[in-house]
Amino acid sequence: MAVITYREALNQALREEMHRDPDVFLMGEEVAEYDGAYKVSRGLLKEFGARRVVDTPIAELGFAGIGVGAAMAGLRPVIEFMTWNFALLAIDQVVNSAAKLRYMSGGQIGCPIVFRGPGGAALQLAAQHSQALESWYAHVPGLKVVMPGTPADAKGLLKAAIRDDDPVVFIEGEMLYNTKGEVPEAEDFVIPIGQAEVKRPGDHVTVVCHSKTVTVALKAAEALAQEGISAEVVDLRTIRPLDTDTILASVAKTNRCVILEEGWPYAGVGAQVVDVIQRDAFDHLDAPVLRVTGADVPMPYNKQLEKAAKTDPARAVAAVKRVLYLA
Amino acid sequence: MATTAAPARSKSGPGADELRGYLRQLLLIRRFEERAGEMYSLGKIGGFCHLYIGQEAVAVGTIAALRPDDYVISAYREHGQALARGMSSRSVMAELFGKATGCSKGKGGSMHLFDASLGFMGGHGIVGGQIPLAAGLAFAAKYRGTDQVAACFFGEAAVNIGSFHEALNMASLWKLPVVFIIENNGYGMGTALARGSSLLDLAHRSYSYDMANEVVDGQDVLTVKTAMEMAVTRARTESKPTLLEIRTYRYVGHSMSDAAHGTYRTKEEVETYRERDPIVLLRDRMIAATQLDAAGYEALDREVKAEVDDAIQFAESSPDPDPSELWTDVYAPRS
Repeated sequence: MAVITYREALNQALREEMHRDPDVFLMGEEVAEYDGAYKVSRGLLKEFGARRVVDTPIAELGFAGIGVGAAMAGLRPVIEFMTWNFALLAIDQVVNSAAKLRYMSGGQIGCPIVFRGPGGAALQLAAQHSQALESWYAHVPGLKVVMPGTPADAKGLLKAAIRDDDPVVFIEGEMLYNTKGEVPEAEDFVIPIGQAEVKRPGDHVTVVCHSKTVTVALKAAEALAQEGISAEVVDLRTIRPLDTDTILASVAKTNRCVILEEGWPYAGVGAQVVDVIQRDAFDHLDAPVLRVTGADVPMPYNKQLEKAAKTDPARAVAAVKRVLYLA
Repeated sequence: MATTAAPARSKSGPGADELRGYLRQLLLIRRFEERAGEMYSLGKIGGFCHLYIGQEAVAVGTIAALRPDDYVISAYREHGQALARGMSSRSVMAELFGKATGCSKGKGGSMHLFDASLGFMGGHGIVGGQIPLAAGLAFAAKYRGTDQVAACFFGEAAVNIGSFHEALNMASLWKLPVVFIIENNGYGMGTALARGSSLLDLAHRSYSYDMANEVVDGQDVLTVKTAMEMAVTRARTESKPTLLEIRTYRYVGHSMSDAAHGTYRTKEEVETYRERDPIVLLRDRMIAATQLDAAGYEALDREVKAEVDDAIQFAESSPDPDPSELWTDVYAPRS
């Protein structure tokens, strides 16, 4: 297997799916001539031409809606948001159109579209550019929400999202684009939506994570291993539909759980995971489930304040020790 | 401002059969909506219900200029467009009743009428939301190299919302085959045009996007059809969008909870507009041309009333959706 970056993995997925299906096209700000604001679409304009790699004006609501309309007609648009912060301008089309068309048309009209781009914080981008908004979309029936944390997952899940007949919110991580990992090269390498993965097996505690917190969880697990604590890292990969079987099987084994996420605590993804665990694994629990989240504040600019606002391995380790009654 | 010449009209003009067809559609929409209002009062129809009475010539005239494989998409005052597109009175009335036999299986209701087989792409309830969707349908037609056209209906108040501007800009920038149709009935709910738009000649909004426009008398079905034919030709042959401002009037309130007059408009104003009724205009023209007589008109009216009666009976006797339908159509069936 080749070792490539998360960015290259996404680029491969787009290229392969555009070769595979002439109905797939990419649309968004700076995706074509600029080669992508984050270079995810590098080379695609040259390879596929301006008909299928379409630069847009800065008009998120408009081009998201044009994508939905094209999907209603049976095309398979991939709509790139430069970041998910800007996608808030388009949320009407994602929630009121894409998510509901199939239902309110009595099943007549589907919407096979992918909305993708980076979510969450990078470094010192301050309040308006540093938001993890996945729980907003995960709240909505009719949408699927996918958040890969590794290059292999990025490729396999983006290919699955493009082939999916429903609207998929595909949230990447700006800080993940340069991360490297082994990625299968086979054309049919597709990871089914809705399957979590145990990224590191362990016995003493389950650490649930997704997207950027996968790295946080793995670092925490490594640190905990030095102290003889064996943490099982469960990467959700898909936020909706949630792979409850994998979560519950892990908690049944470890009897303890800590949930990491980048976003805010209030009504966050972790709250939904806690709901599943308290209902379906109540008798397995030896401690309350704890959550480690971003601080419940708009993201500050100052480097030290920003660091204090983010989910990090040290806070994950501390939470694990609490559920083990070691701290 | 029209930037291309009108297509040559046949010297004889539309024949009696064609005119009779339009008159029947106008009457059908009028009688359908009158009875829908009654059924709402009786509690047979729930939720929001926005009637089209007074505006019938807009739907009939525009849709007459389309091909069966073109797309039609509208807002929530869309019963008239659905019927003009050829959706059956039964399937539309049953949808208003929320029945399983409705065009959207009872899951959409008045605001979400769909018929994919006729290219009728809804029924959208957020003001302006369907405008980018129409551009997307047109984008798909151009992408595939078909010569289909998308026709997009919205009220005049929608020209003040962002999606209108974003969609019109991209439609013109990318030369998409779409006709944007402002149904200017003078009021966005209870807000008169002059209280909501800094520009009163709404057609002129197209100048911002270097797009052709035309102001159209929406009470004359043939004038509407002629204007739409030009716009459709421009879309189909030149792949360029058009903004039509079709001036019309609704005789009834915004929705069922809104009185026809007395709050934001006067009874006299409503009566004045009723004098240029689209049905009366066409009927009198046909009678003057000896293409119709009073008895013929009465017979046609009886015919559509019977059709609406049948639709109500069908809706009444149809079953509610099966309880299991609550959970279907959220996602695509698993393959």
